Amino acid sequence: MTVMEQRGAYRPTPPPAWQPRTDPAPLLPDAEPYRVLGTEAAGEADPELLRRLYAELVKGRRYNAQATALTKQGRLAVYPSSTGQEACEVAAALVLQEQDWLFPSYRDTLAVVARGVDPVEALTLLRGDWHTGYDPHEHRVAPLSTPLATQLPHAVGLAHAARLKGDDVVALAMVGDGGTSEGDFHEALNFAAVWQAPVVFLVQNNGFAISVPLAKQTAAPSLAHKAVGYGMPGRLVDGNDAAAVHEVLADAVRHARAGGGPTLVEAITYRVEAHTNADDATRYRGDAEVETWRQHDPIALLERELTARGLLDEDGVEAARQDAETMAASLRAHMNQDPALDPMDLFAHVYAEPTPQLLEQRAQLRAELAAEAESEGAQR
Amino acid sequence: MTTVAVKPATMAQALTRALRDAMAADPSVHVMGEDVGTLGGVFRITDGLAKEFGEDRCTDTPLAEAGILGTAVGMAMYGLRPVVEMQFDAFAYPAFEQLVSHVAKMRNRTRGRMPLPLTVRIPYGGGIGGVEHHSDASEAYYTATPGLHVVTPATVADAYGLLRAAIASDDPVVFLEPKRLYWSKDSWNPEEPAPVEPIGRAVVRRSGRSATLITYGPSVPVCMEAAEAARAEGWDLEVVDLRSLVPFDDETVCASVRRTGRAVVVHESGGFGGPGGEIAARVTERCFHHLEAPVLRVAGFDVPYPPPMLERHHLPGVDRILDAVGRLQWEAES
Ligand SMILES: Cc1ncc(C[n+]2csc(CCOP(=O)(O)OP(=O)(O)O)c2C)c(N)n1
Repeated sequence: MTVMEQRGAYRPTPPPAWQPRTDPAPLLPDAEPYRVLGTEAAGEADPELLRRLYAELVKGRRYNAQATALTKQGRLAVYPSSTGQEACEVAAALVLQEQDWLFPSYRDTLAVVARGVDPVEALTLLRGDWHTGYDPHEHRVAPLSTPLATQLPHAVGLAHAARLKGDDVVALAMVGDGGTSEGDFHEALNFAAVWQAPVVFLVQNNGFAISVPLAKQTAAPSLAHKAVGYGMPGRLVDGNDAAAVHEVLADAVRHARAGGGPTLVEAITYRVEAHTNADDATRYRGDAEVETWRQHDPIALLERELTARGLLDEDGVEAARQDAETMAASLRAHMNQDPALDPMDLFAHVYAEPTPQLLEQRAQLRAELAAEAESEGAQR
Repeated sequence: MTTVAVKPATMAQALTRALRDAMAADPSVHVMGEDVGTLGGVFRITDGLAKEFGEDRCTDTPLAEAGILGTAVGMAMYGLRPVVEMQFDAFAYPAFEQLVSHVAKMRNRTRGRMPLPLTVRIPYGGGIGGVEHHSDASEAYYTATPGLHVVTPATVADAYGLLRAAIASDDPVVFLEPKRLYWSKDSWNPEEPAPVEPIGRAVVRRSGRSATLITYGPSVPVCMEAAEAARAEGWDLEVVDLRSLVPFDDETVCASVRRTGRAVVVHESGGFGGPGGEIAARVTERCFHHLEAPVLRVAGFDVPYPPPMLERHHLPGVDRILDAVGRLQWEAES
């Protein structure tokens, strides 16, 4: 039989091993970031929740300002501010239940504080008297993670372990837009989807990774679209719309809790301050851009909504401001005290039991300290 | 006295048995890695575990070493005791950041509040005719990282005992498996297997008076062979098997060197920056007045691991060890 003769009988079929897997359509993010404030959806938002968000946002803004001021006074070694990103920070904390876990990055001390951690303990890393100031198990908040995206697989593993044990626990992990280029971002999302782990990934797309804009970071249609490649839903949300962020994250948490697996949420926001107090943002962006974002400020957006609906008056604004001032005053007072330092702590928690080598080195440091104290005593 | 049947077993079998016993004893022990489930691992160390304990306890993960170790960190945070298998020495490198920045530091960064009891098993070293990226002596990367324990067995009994101790440890342990010893046989009594505890004690494998060979893992049998051969030269060599690189057993090592007055450190890892430099320095600092000669090292050359047809020129062998012993200034004796 010739090829020509065969032709009539030939039916093209897919390669044998191929099977349709996940339908991508329901996983795709909306064409535009989801918004609530100023839209019809706002009418359905719980007024109590909106007021709570407002109070937390105002406090969060004040917290950022206070922490930045503390760097100028030498009370913090460095501070990566989340000014302008408070809606994401606050919502991430508020959507979680008691037993859930938060996995923050260095920029997310506000989320950590909103989860209930003492601000002084949240800022310990950035003050520099230790790495992690709080007990992660007490608040179910993982240590602030500085190596980008490395906290994401931890969140997946923890959520997976909880599910294996039959516990009702969701992990919410935070990462920046730059961090989505890291291999750990990819690996974490892949593991989460394969294991159907109860995790929510919150990407705060604040426009920059230090100086590098998103355009140099990715060619994806959006960061939320990346979810589709892993087989999980991607959601795109206006990161300065606190009600929208809260709703989208709450949905994702509920979905995870119900056994539906992970979600990737991309919140579009903006880093209003420089990367940290040590950065000079004028080298890579203009004032005009910052100004357009100031016009889309999370607090102003929420205040407008609340005022228009008669849920907030001048007294309410003043009360929130007062509350924030009280928090700032207390933070200032605490941070103005010198932290207690014990050089012997260097050796305290390297291993469960110090190795013989560390015992020797500990003895050396102790002797050095004794000699130092003696010579100081002699000088006096 | 009744004698128990002591049958020969391979190191691979002892490792499998250690994993199985650990999983049976403690439901929080989870094995995870590439091909560890259905296949039982490329070296078959996890053979039968998925079948016996289910795939949730012995899990074929996606193929991503950082992801494997990173998720294991999260699992350990939640109270599990993950035992991670890296497929080969050189394929553990993608997990390096997780190992160094999180596994090694978590206890310290959290002031002891969040210890990570996890074990990372890594088949390492050469001598199996592996093509490139399958034979690295990678131990120095791990010993250079504070916060990790680094152990490596050289005998069948130690393979069992050290792995049980590693899994039971509340600290992260890098468990280096000398892959060329996987199929080595020893008489071993599987009826009374026991953990080696505490981690951190070396053992004198062979007593001798002339000089001490300080070694570990894959080089232990080579040193034993060298010690036998040295008898013909009139040297009675002692062989110290370190078993644990971190913590390091200064006591056992120095007691031996003080007895013999001479020492050679033997390992596959490159000499420059390899553990032998540290060991030689420690011995010199502590035993200087007992030494008849400088502490010498027989190490792998400072070259990328060679192709299989050349590896025998790279690996420390009996002749190279005996040459080094010959250079221990014996003239002074006579
Ligand atoms: C693995 C790693 N590489 C580099 C850095 C240095 N670094 C710290 S923050 C940062 C930018 C991160 O940008 P992004 O992920 O967008 O988060 P943002 O700082 O904007 O919140 C860089 C490069 C780091 N911390 N970790």
